[in-house]
Amino acid sequence: MILAKLAYKSLLNRRASVLLTLFTIAISVMLLLSIERVRIDAKSSFSNTISGTDLIVGARTGDIQLLLSSVFRIGHTNNGVSWKSYEYITSQRGVKWSIPISLGDSHKGQAVLGTTLDYFSHYRFAKKQSLTFNKGHPFAAINEVVLGSEVANKLGYKLNDSIVISHGMGNTSFHHHDDNPFKIVGILNPTGTPVDKTLHIPLAAIDLIHGGSSPAHAEHEKHNDLTGHPKQITAFLMGFNSPLYTLQIRRNINQYKPEALLGIMPTVTLKELWEMLAIVEKILLLFSAVVVLVSLLGMLTTLLANLSQRRRELAILRSVGARPWHLFTLISIESLLTTLLGCLVGSALYYLVIFSASGYLQSHAGISVNITMLSYYELGLIGVIMAAGFIIGLIPATRAYFYSLSDGMSIKA
Amino acid sequence: MINLKNVTFKWHKSDSSPTLSINELVIEKGEHIFLHGPSGSGKSTLLAILAGINTATSGEVSILDQNLTTLSNTTRDAFRADHIGYIFQNFNLLPYLTPIENITLGCEFSKSRKQKILKQSSNKNSALQQEAIRLLNALGLTAQYHHKDVAELSIGQQQRVAAARAFIGSPELIIADEPTSALDTNNRESFINLLFEQAKLSNSTLVFVSHDETLKPLFNRSIDLISLQEQV
Repeated sequence: MILAKLAYKSLLNRRASVLLTLFTIAISVMLLLSIERVRIDAKSSFSNTISGTDLIVGARTGDIQLLLSSVFRIGHTNNGVSWKSYEYITSQRGVKWSIPISLGDSHKGQAVLGTTLDYFSHYRFAKKQSLTFNKGHPFAAINEVVLGSEVANKLGYKLNDSIVISHGMGNTSFHHHDDNPFKIVGILNPTGTPVDKTLHIPLAAIDLIHGGSSPAHAEHEKHNDLTGHPKQITAFLMGFNSPLYTLQIRRNINQYKPEALLGIMPTVTLKELWEMLAIVEKILLLFSAVVVLVSLLGMLTTLLANLSQRRRELAILRSVGARPWHLFTLISIESLLTTLLGCLVGSALYYLVIFSASGYLQSHAGISVNITMLSYYELGLIGVIMAAGFIIGLIPATRAYFYSLSDGMSIKA
Repeated sequence: MINLKNVTFKWHKSDSSPTLSINELVIEKGEHIFLHGPSGSGKSTLLAILAGINTATSGEVSILDQNLTTLSNTTRDAFRADHIGYIFQNFNLLPYLTPIENITLGCEFSKSRKQKILKQSSNKNSALQQEAIRLLNALGLTAQYHHKDVAELSIGQQQRVAAARAFIGSPELIIADEPTSALDTNNRESFINLLFEQAKLSNSTLVFVSHDETLKPLFNRSIDLISLQEQV
C-alpha cells in the first residue's frame, strides 16, 4: 500500500521523463493496434469483396487473372465468352442464377460494367449482403446508369444527371460517345468493394456504345430490352442450387469444346491471391513488433538512467527502514504503472486514429475498418506488451535490490 | 543499552591499522550522550556500526542486549527499522512527500513502531498522522508547513521534520549525526533542548554526534572519540 503510494508520488515527481516514456509506449501500442487492425480488416475486406457466387466463368487465362479482372477490375482479359456459350452453360440443370458482365469501357477513369438486372438481385459481398440503393433504383431503360457510391461522391454526381461513357479504359479516351448520354437513375450504398468504383449500365447499352447496332434503332425498338444480343461478354457469375453442381459444372466448363473457358471458385482463388500477398502481411506484423520492441528498450533505457539519478532517493528509503525487496517491488510497480498507463493512452490514441482514418481507408484503399470494442486478440497484444514491460522493469528493480545501505547513508546532499 | 567490547573496524581486510578501535563503550538506557571528535576521528564509522549499517571487523556490538554482529543482513535491517531512529546530517528527506508523509514513512516499514502508536491512539485511521502532527508541533514546525513540499522548507524546518521522523514510534535509540551543523548557535541550543524533551517523552537513549564542542555542556555525558580510541 505504502509502496504503491510512493511509486505514484515518485512518478509524479519525475513526470517529465515519465510522460515521455509513457508516450513512447502509448505510441507503440497505438501503432501496433492500428497496423494489426488494418492488416486484419484488409484481409477481411479483401475476402469480403465477393460472396455467394459459386463460380466465375471467363475466357481461359490464369485463375487469379480472371478473378482480378472480373471482380477487382484490375487488368483485363483479351478474350471474352461468346453469348452462345453463356446461354448454353447457364441453361444447365442446377444453375440458380447467373450474371453476365461486360467490362472494358470507362467513365473518367472509373470502370463501366454492363450487366443485367440479375446483378442487383444476386450479387453479394461481405457476409452475403446484397447491394442496396442509397438513392434511386436499378436501371429500367437502355440509357440509364447506376453508380457505385464512390463514383457519385468523387465526381459529384446526383440523380438525373446526364453522363457520357467512353469506349476503352482510361481517362483520356479519344473516342467519346457524345451521342449516347446516360441518365443516372440510382446510386448504391458503399460496400467497401470495387462495386463502389463502378458504373453499371444495361448490357444492351455496351453494344450501343460500340456501335454494334444503330442507336436510333435501339432507341425505338429495343428500349425495354436491357440485355440485347451481344456477341460476347467478359465473364459471368453463377450461383447453384447445391454445391454439388459447382464442381460438376466447373469440370464441364473447363472441358467445354466450342470455346476455351475457365471456371473459378472465387472463395478459393481469393484465398490463393491473399496467400500471394501474405509476405506483405508478415512484413506489417514484423514492423509492429519492432516498434514495440524499440519502445520497450526505450523504457528500459529511461528506467536505468533514472535509477542512477534516484540512487539517493532509494538510499533514503533504505535508511528509513525499507528492505531491499521493498525497493524491488517499488521499481516493479513503477514500470508496471508506466506500461499500464502507456497501454491505456495507446488504446485511446488507437481509437482516435481508426476513428479519424476509417473514412479515408474506406474511400482510398477500400478497407472497411470496423470501430468495435478491443477484440480478444487485441487485448492479448496489450497483455503481451504489459508482460514485456513488467519483465523489462525487473532489470532495474534487481539492480535497486542490490544497492547497499551504506551507499545511501554516505551520499551527501 | 549499548555495549561495545574490543571493537575494531577496517574498511578493507588488507588495511594495516583499523579505522576504528574501541576497547569498551557502555551507554545506559535513557542517557543523552554527546559524542565528539574532529573530522576523520571515526565518528561516522562508529555511528554506522551502532546503526548496523556496517558490521565490526572484530569484537562485540550489542544494542538492547542484541548482538548485532551475529545478525543476518535482513534481520539487522529489521532491527534498525524497529529500534533506531536516525537523524541524518543531510536529513535524507524525500522531496516529493509532505513533512507528514516523510515522518510517517519512518514507521511504515516497521510493524513494532506502528503498533506502538496505534496502541496509544483511539483513532486507528489517522493515528500515524496525528502522531506526526504532534511531533512536528512539539519540535516547533507550525501547522502551515505540515502539508507543503519538503523542498519548499528552510534548512531549519527540514531538520525538525527529520527529527520528527526519527522519533515517531518511540524507538529505543536515537542517533543524531551532526544535525545542527547548518544552524546558528541560538537555534542549535533550542533545537537540542527540543530533542531532549522528546527523548524523555519517548524514553529514548540519545546519541548526538558533533565536532562542535560548545554544545558539550548541554549534555549530561560526553565522550571524546579520540581519547576513547587511545584507551587501547
